[in-house]
Amino acid sequence: MANTEKNSYTVIFAVVMVLVVGSLLAFTASSLKPTITKNEKFEKQQNILYAMGVNENVEGEAIFVPTDSVQAIFNKYIKEQLIIQNGKITKDSSAYLIDLKGQLKKDMEDRELPLFIGEKDKKDYYIIPMYGKGLWDAIWGFIALDENYVVQGVYFDHKGETPGLGANIKQRYFMDDFTGEEIMNDTKFTGITVAKGNNDPLNERKDDGKVDALAGATITGNGVTAMINSTVKLYIPYLKDLKI
Amino acid sequence: MAILSKKDQGLLMDPLADNNPITIQVLGICSALAITAQLKASIVMALSVMFVLAMGNVVISLMRNIIPSKIRIIVQLIVVAALVIIVDQVLKAFAYELSKALSVFIGLIITNCIIMGRFEAFALGNGPWRSFLDGIGNAAGYGLILIIVGFFRELLGSGTLLGFKVLGDPIQKTGLYALGYEDNGFMLLSPMALIVVGIIIWIQRSRNTKLIEEN
Repeated sequence: MANTEKNSYTVIFAVVMVLVVGSLLAFTASSLKPTITKNEKFEKQQNILYAMGVNENVEGEAIFVPTDSVQAIFNKYIKEQLIIQNGKITKDSSAYLIDLKGQLKKDMEDRELPLFIGEKDKKDYYIIPMYGKGLWDAIWGFIALDENYVVQGVYFDHKGETPGLGANIKQRYFMDDFTGEEIMNDTKFTGITVAKGNNDPLNERKDDGKVDALAGATITGNGVTAMINSTVKLYIPYLKDLKI
Repeated sequence: MAILSKKDQGLLMDPLADNNPITIQVLGICSALAITAQLKASIVMALSVMFVLAMGNVVISLMRNIIPSKIRIIVQLIVVAALVIIVDQVLKAFAYELSKALSVFIGLIITNCIIMGRFEAFALGNGPWRSFLDGIGNAAGYGLILIIVGFFRELLGSGTLLGFKVLGDPIQKTGLYALGYEDNGFMLLSPMALIVVGIIIWIQRSRNTKLIEEN
């Protein structure tokens, strides 16, 4: 056995260890990358479909359409995918792959904002992606509107909100509350506020633009409010152009 | 348990009670406070830590004679970080739903002091099989406390267990809520986890007075 206390041994050991572990991780990452990308792609399609009400929800639980058939279902319900850039609207069938986080960092005129138009039961849905900040990390989601700017459904997700508190934004009892709320007050954009103490836990008042907040998740709730208000707002001028 | 010698049994069973990593050694408190607001999260965290601790202990134990003592902490850190990243990637590729559910826990495993503690205190000086048992035992002891704390916090804080409304519906006022019972929102906050852990320590020491330190 070599003398493990010698400096030269320590240095050689460190170098070999780094090389072995580094290449092992690089190999794992690159060999699994295609599968992971595919999973993420399907998840995005499932999220978009969920927001417009195409899902397999059972009581109290949010369930997506199955992963193995999501591509076909997506093609069936999403009839147009648009990209809005500097006032110009173009069609692009891979618009759903656009990463909104990256686009929001760019200047106004360089931004490519994806918008999806879905059709279900002869009714049009305008689905807008959202991206914002929660308490610990990123939150994102999709919101589906009808032609009167009434919310038809939302989907929220998060990277690392607290389990049992902020993480509950992706629970049905929170997401379902948004359905029926309006984001416009006449012609003025008001967004939707996640409000504490609006004395409406069952969310029976649909005209106030407020949904009941989650207990113990103030910052995440405020993040949801800010996310809806900042990202959806970007789309409002174009939604008018699309004559919705 | 006849397949295990008396000593090996001790490795598995001691951390469950008299040498519990949380209540006796006071390790891994941070994650015990952070993620026990729900029972499900506690169980998932317990299982994840068990996997990483058992595997990591075996790897470190196999390498114990060639690790230079000057950089052993860094080596341990690399082993646990590499293991966690590999687990994370494999889950993302082949069990995407599960990896979404685990989300923050995977990252939190690296910061768990029990893992580095067992590498340092046990795996560096013992063979792979015994290190494996030690890893399973300590993770089980950790998980046991996590599950007890998670049980009480979810039951008293949200009135649910594993998401099921066991006490009735707070909005429709059924079950206990019809009698005027209210959830204690304070249970969902971290300080209550510390108080629950404190109560467990109190009960444990009052039942087994040998555990009480003399001043």
